[in-house]
Amino acid sequence: MNSTRNLPQMLLGQARDILLISLLALGAVCCLLLALGISPADIASTLATGAVGSWLKFNHVLTVWVPLLLCCCGLLFTFRAGLWNIGIEGQVILGAIGTTLLLRADSLGLPPSLLIGLALCAGFISGGLWGGFAGLLKNRGGVNEIFGGLGLNFVAQGFILWLILGPWKREGIASMSGTDLFARELWMYTPPGWRVAPASIVIAICAFLVTWYILSRTRFGLRVKAVGANPAAAPLYSIRPDRTGLAAMILGGGIAGIAGGLQVTCVYHRLLPPISSGYGYLALLVVMLANYKAGPVPIICLLFAALAAGSIQLPITLQLDSSLSGVIQGACVVAALLVYGWRKSRKGGA
Amino acid sequence: MLEIIEITKHFGPVQALKGVTLTARPGSIHGIVGENGAGKSTLMKIVTGYQSRTDGTIRLDGQDMAMASPREAAESGIGMLYQEPLDFPQLSVLDNFIAGADAFEPDVQKAVLASLQVGFGFHLDPRQKMQELTVGERQQLELLRLIRNGARILILDEPTTGISTRQKSQLFSALKKLREDGATILLVSHKIDEIEQLCDEVTVLRAGLTVAWQQQPFDRRKLLSAMFDTVPQQNDTAPKVATSVPGKSVLVFDEVHSSVGRSGMKGITITIGAGEIVGLAGVDGSGQSVFLKAAYGLLAPEQGNVTTLGRIPGPEYGSTKNEKVFLPSDRLSEALFPGLSIREHHLLAGETPQFLARNSGISQTQQAIATASIRGSVNTQVEDLSGGNQQRLLLSLIPPQTQLILMENPTRGLDVQSAAWTWRYLRERLHPEGAIVFASPELEEILSQATRVLAFYNGKILLDKKTSETSQEEISLAITGQLNRP
Amino acid sequence: MDINLTALVAAIAVMSAPVVLAALGETITEKAGVVNLSLDGTILLAAMVSFVVAFETRSPVLGALAGAGTGAIVAAIVAAIGVQLGQSQVAVGFALTFLCRDLAYFLGSGHSRVEGPQFEPLPVPLLSELPLLGKAFFSHSILVYLSFIAIPLCAYLMYRTRWGLIIRSVGENPEAAWARGINPIMVRMAATIGGGAMVGLAGATYSLSVKPGWGHPQGCEGIGWIALALVIFGSWNPTRVVVGAYLFGLLQLMGIYFQDAFTTIPPQIFQVAPFPLMIFTLVIIHFSHGKKGVLARWVRMFSGKPPKAMGRPYRRN
Repeated sequence: MNSTRNLPQMLLGQARDILLISLLALGAVCCLLLALGISPADIASTLATGAVGSWLKFNHVLTVWVPLLLCCCGLLFTFRAGLWNIGIEGQVILGAIGTTLLLRADSLGLPPSLLIGLALCAGFISGGLWGGFAGLLKNRGGVNEIFGGLGLNFVAQGFILWLILGPWKREGIASMSGTDLFARELWMYTPPGWRVAPASIVIAICAFLVTWYILSRTRFGLRVKAVGANPAAAPLYSIRPDRTGLAAMILGGGIAGIAGGLQVTCVYHRLLPPISSGYGYLALLVVMLANYKAGPVPIICLLFAALAAGSIQLPITLQLDSSLSGVIQGACVVAALLVYGWRKSRKGGA
Repeated sequence: MLEIIEITKHFGPVQALKGVTLTARPGSIHGIVGENGAGKSTLMKIVTGYQSRTDGTIRLDGQDMAMASPREAAESGIGMLYQEPLDFPQLSVLDNFIAGADAFEPDVQKAVLASLQVGFGFHLDPRQKMQELTVGERQQLELLRLIRNGARILILDEPTTGISTRQKSQLFSALKKLREDGATILLVSHKIDEIEQLCDEVTVLRAGLTVAWQQQPFDRRKLLSAMFDTVPQQNDTAPKVATSVPGKSVLVFDEVHSSVGRSGMKGITITIGAGEIVGLAGVDGSGQSVFLKAAYGLLAPEQGNVTTLGRIPGPEYGSTKNEKVFLPSDRLSEALFPGLSIREHHLLAGETPQFLARNSGISQTQQAIATASIRGSVNTQVEDLSGGNQQRLLLSLIPPQTQLILMENPTRGLDVQSAAWTWRYLRERLHPEGAIVFASPELEEILSQATRVLAFYNGKILLDKKTSETSQEEISLAITGQLNRP
Repeated sequence: MDINLTALVAAIAVMSAPVVLAALGETITEKAGVVNLSLDGTILLAAMVSFVVAFETRSPVLGALAGAGTGAIVAAIVAAIGVQLGQSQVAVGFALTFLCRDLAYFLGSGHSRVEGPQFEPLPVPLLSELPLLGKAFFSHSILVYLSFIAIPLCAYLMYRTRWGLIIRSVGENPEAAWARGINPIMVRMAATIGGGAMVGLAGATYSLSVKPGWGHPQGCEGIGWIALALVIFGSWNPTRVVVGAYLFGLLQLMGIYFQDAFTTIPPQIFQVAPFPLMIFTLVIIHFSHGKKGVLARWVRMFSGKPPKAMGRPYRRN
């Protein structure tokens, strides 16, 4: 068993896993569709045209891809540290709130582009603080990060509702449809014919590259990985597992906060209750499907985004519910867990 | 009559049992002795079906038994008291007494427990939670439960570790009573006194093999020599480094008490000076590993002071880094990061800049792999290394400026060559103003490598001598509690 | 503000019925050392299946059974991957939460907002005639009665039967259970599937009784997470978990009542309240450990620890 894993063997193993997972997941979904008397081919073509049928449609894919990729980056940090950051939804929401807070502060008299930049920083900070809060609850309060995070998600949901219906309510009447739109100059620049701000794509790609760099090319990244692999051994290498985990939570929450901030400045131009659109939870599925590795994340994000965007066409062309995309995504992840688990148990038994 | 014939057991590539044979007769107590790692516990767990065996036969009253699960063993009247109490700490005493029985009759069982207690002179409150009981009381309950189940063959694995003298005498009288009733009792112990007191016959295991068998009256000398293997090994003995810098103390323990572990530490006072190689002898859980952890600063003692390199130790973060290292016995689960490569371990242990390059650490890792002759490459993940190579890796991570090296079982699971290499390497690494402190279950190793020996028994140091002034016999008496502190 | 106490109690009993069932089911599962995190999706899927089956067969009873079966099947997947293969139970549960939710919306879209059968209130003869109590407790549908019966039944199962002891012992220390002749894997599978069936029944209670019908949203979204929190809040003790469930029902109703009285407080605040309460409880319990004094002792008396082996996979060597 002390052979070095060589690259071709590894790639072969991965290709086999991917094939198995897609066969299992898509096979199950196809069986379901056939049983319902729906042609899988129709679905596939509808999804494809829905996602890349036109420039505008592909734009829509990208508007999903940007926050999804950002959330995944945040999760890569926390998963690497061995933490299940289910509180990412709340971190996205808090990021959106932090950004909105600054964007509403027009009394500062700053130039718009600077204000947008500062607002995104505020999103990073507020998301990071929310993530750090869950981390502190774990370190100091003995609250498991899953339940602490989940609880903080609901708290964030309550907080955003209170803001929208209370202090930040629309001129005249409070409404669930969100706050007033920001002034035009506070919208991130979107060229004519585009639906997605090019700057947001750049930010997402940069965030991914930075995440990859920190995790694989810095001492901090290595320490995070070490703590995730074996917190008990960390003190022997002068690493504090609790602080390293907390740092990963803050950083991860911060990146998720940027996703929330971009939702506010680029997509909706206001704060509204479902601002996170469930991208945090979807990102958890993406990272699980990637088996917690960074490499495949952008591609899986793109596929998931295409599914989500393409499925909007399902009710229009085939009179089917758009939630089919979620079924496919979920089936992929469950199949992946099955395949990885099967591999692990075989390796352990050998 | 229980016959155990040619039992073997493999754990992956490691062979824990290489063919053990013994016979236990009804109405007798059969002792099983041997040093740590001889395979005693594994053998017993196989007999009760808790673990599966690779090969061999278990015969009960002339009938071959599969023993595929503890249920089967229980049905054929075999019950075991495990070394680490296998019970349910958060459940009540009564629940623990009932769990595993075929019927749920709390009131009946309460009465049964009460009447059994009277017979054995135990006093357990059925409503108490298990975690509030002492180890000895937990054991008493377990014993009563086995008797309630009608066990005719009782296996006890190191039952007297961590229990009080009173509980011990209670246990012994219970065992004698059971013997009179015709039960077959297998007693695993390393304490020769107890074996002499109780057993009718004794089998010695060493390195997975049956090496000796005796009936009362026992020849103590022969037993000890069979247990500890006095056959002189290829003595790659060091020129004993006698470069002690007088007056310079590396590690000071002053009346240190701790309740961590099976026996904790009970008033340890010791000073270890520069240039010393100190071997900590003792049976597992006698206080050596608590001692090492306290010396490194992984746990703080409840009473007394520890001074390491002139400071109160704590896990070293920041400036004092790399003055001391601790290499625990379970390398993969306590000292290494599964999933990380050899190179990543070197980067974590060394003076690494904040930002890494593509080739950071590669040359120094390659150099370490060569000097420590690790069978693996820069990117090999540590869980794919064999135990010996994991140890070589850990040793290669020790920074050159390290003054104090603390180790648990430095050569556990290593072949002769790797063990010899380990000690050569360690001696080279001994800092002129530093020391090496290691715990080892093998007295051979301590006698041949250490300059000084501390023998631990039940959380106390019973013997503190230069290795040149003591003998294997004296140490083995000390670690089995037969030597009173001078 | 006019609050009729009898009506209030009756409303709490109804609103809390599915929460009680789901939280009790999860309690059983977690007592055996398994976390089934898929509750939120399972409830929704079971609600959909129950409604569709009841609609097609015109039989609410068959619908409820189908709901329980759905819950059991989802739990079986959790058990297969999380217990048999030893994968992270959290990961499987989480993925299934979303798979089930979307599956429910997709498969149920044909039956959205249609009139269907439901369990009619079934007043208990004589008892329902009692003043005050009759209206509050004995004039409900059969699924609500089931939630009442489930409480003592669950407590009885857990603390007064051999099976309960086996479940608790496996959640506490699977190795010790194995040493006593219990097969931890089988017990965990059974507890997960059984608990899952109760969660499925909770879904049926929504779509066939509490919030009859199906739609997107159905109205029971988020309840699964609440049930998971309640198990912790009730420190894995069935009776205390149920107290939490009724407290949650009260909070929900207060949200409705207070909407008129305090228009500045959005009703959603009351719906998220259980979570901060749960976290607060956990922190208090954490800090009471090892502390002396009356308060700490009092907290410890009313709190329990999670099953010791919860979430830890069992493997025989």
